[in-house]
Amino acid sequence: MAKIWIRQAVLRALDDAMKDDPTVIMMGEDIAAAGGPFKVTEGLLAAHGPDRVIDTPISEMAFMGAAVGAAVCGMKPVVEMMFIEFIGVALDQLTTQAATMRYLSRGQLTAPLVVRASAGAGQGFGCQHSQMLDHWFRGTPGLKVAVTSNARTTYGLLRSAIEDPDPVVILEPRILYAEREEYEFDSSYRIPLGKAEIVRAGTDATIVTCGSMVRVALAAAESSKANIEVIDLLTLWPWDRKTVAESVGRTGRLVTLEEAPAGSGWGGDVVSHIAVEKFGSLKAPPHRITLPDAPVPYNGTLEARFLPSPAYVAEQVEALVSTNKSPAPWWRTAA
Amino acid sequence: MTISNSNSPIARREALQDRLEQLTRMVEIRAVEERIQKLFAEGHVRGSTHLANGQEAVSVGIARSIDPDDIVTCTYRGHGHALALGVTPAAVLGEICGRVIGCAGGLGGSMHLVEPSVGLLPTAAIIGAGLPIACGAAMAARARGNDRIAVSIFGDGSANIGAFHESLNFAAIRKLPVVFVCENNLYGEYTRIQLSTPVEDIAVRAGSYNMPSDIVDGQDSDKVAEAMAKAVARARRGEGPTLVEMKTYRYSGHSRSDPATYRPAGELDAWLKRDPIDILANRLVGENVLAEGGLDKLKADVRDAVEAATAEVLESPGPALDEIMSHVGAYSAGGDQRWNFWSK
Repeated sequence: MAKIWIRQAVLRALDDAMKDDPTVIMMGEDIAAAGGPFKVTEGLLAAHGPDRVIDTPISEMAFMGAAVGAAVCGMKPVVEMMFIEFIGVALDQLTTQAATMRYLSRGQLTAPLVVRASAGAGQGFGCQHSQMLDHWFRGTPGLKVAVTSNARTTYGLLRSAIEDPDPVVILEPRILYAEREEYEFDSSYRIPLGKAEIVRAGTDATIVTCGSMVRVALAAAESSKANIEVIDLLTLWPWDRKTVAESVGRTGRLVTLEEAPAGSGWGGDVVSHIAVEKFGSLKAPPHRITLPDAPVPYNGTLEARFLPSPAYVAEQVEALVSTNKSPAPWWRTAA
Repeated sequence: MTISNSNSPIARREALQDRLEQLTRMVEIRAVEERIQKLFAEGHVRGSTHLANGQEAVSVGIARSIDPDDIVTCTYRGHGHALALGVTPAAVLGEICGRVIGCAGGLGGSMHLVEPSVGLLPTAAIIGAGLPIACGAAMAARARGNDRIAVSIFGDGSANIGAFHESLNFAAIRKLPVVFVCENNLYGEYTRIQLSTPVEDIAVRAGSYNMPSDIVDGQDSDKVAEAMAKAVARARRGEGPTLVEMKTYRYSGHSRSDPATYRPAGELDAWLKRDPIDILANRLVGENVLAEGGLDKLKADVRDAVEAATAEVLESPGPALDEIMSHVGAYSAGGDQRWNFWSK
């Protein structure tokens, strides 16, 4: 089995999709001639030409909207937002225009486009280049949102997203791009959107997580005295209620591990659903491990504290399992 | 008898090559806008509506200059454009009244008119939203190897939003087959253009993007069509986008709750003297297409037709409750009835 950089999984998924479907085009800043600031589009210009791999001006609203128009008219645009924050100036085109195209035309017009973006903290990019921001898209009727967690899920989710008939946002934890992993590409491999995976079986508690937190959860589970099940949610909207509910039905304890501020994290929805659905089988209150409600700090020591570590996650889950009470987070909460 | 009453948007569109039909359509737009106002008073319309009476020449001048499979994006002041492009009065009035007969089945409302068969993408309730989308439609046309173009219609208020500048730049850089049409009616919502915009002519902004532009008397549908023909031909030849500014005026306020008291005295009267319907009617009399005094009869006939369409709308039911969950995504009820542009 070959060892690859995770960023190569992005590149391979895009390249394979462009080979398989001549309507797939790519747009973004510095993605063509420069090969992308994270080298995830390297070689695509040479392979597919400047009409399909398009360097855009730094005009997110223009190229995000152009993707909507091109999608409606029969193309499959894949838009790169270099950092997910950049979509702030183009949000209208995604959440208001693309997401309602099908609804407003009664199924006659659709915007099957993909927005993929590097996202997340851990590398000292500061508070304006380190967020996940999935809550900007999650829960917007008409949009789907998924988060990659390794080479396999990157390839499988991206291929599915590009083939999906509706607009999809794929968040790629930037911190994973430069990780190496054993992975053998299979061009027919797909991960269906809306489906979670149990990546570690356990009996005492279910950690539901996604993105770069999956490996944190797995490391925590390995080191913990508790026997922890780990679910990679993969798609944040619409999320796989069945897999999570069944797991919590077995373990009796739900923990969400979220790279998101407490106030807007996806775990709020997971907890509210499971609390209702699995009320009778819960041995402990559902517990959320999140970021504090504060911007991502730049300083390395602070950022390392800011993000949940395997040790912190293990400690939290063990406290939950041993006391059946929800432990307080490390930060001081507003009263 | 004209074929205004046809139920086929494409037939209505093609009919616009006829001189008398051009006038009839302008009269129809005016009559529909006036009927909407009345429907509002009668309690059949929810939310808000944005009328464009006074701007009929722009709508008809554009619609007669492009083909039904060219793509059009447009703002929420779009009733007139939808009618000109071929959407029927019943489909427009029905949408505004929230009935199944409406062009979006009553789920969209006044600000969201749509008709793929004549290239009309859902009109957008967000200022500037249609410009980037038109750029993308133009990219798709080129990628798919045809000479179709995209037209984006927006107001002077859109000229100060980022999407305008980003789109003009993007289209110019890529030489996209787009015609940007700015309907300069002097007011962005409730605010006069001088208070929001440091230039009198929006067209001058094309210079920053190395793009040709045109300033057009938007009350004269022939002049609108002439300028459009030039810009459309340029786009089809692959020479890139044009910004066309139509000088026009909306007789009503911004929306139904706006009495437009901010307008200087006499301004409306001055514009009424150059009413687009009168301008074309007089010309058609000269061309022996319209009999002397024939406009009154035409207006009465059109009013009757609009009244009949209104009656049909008011007999149409609202959408069923289960439509709430339909067409949200491909997984939703309602199924996929995707319109394939340029598939023939």
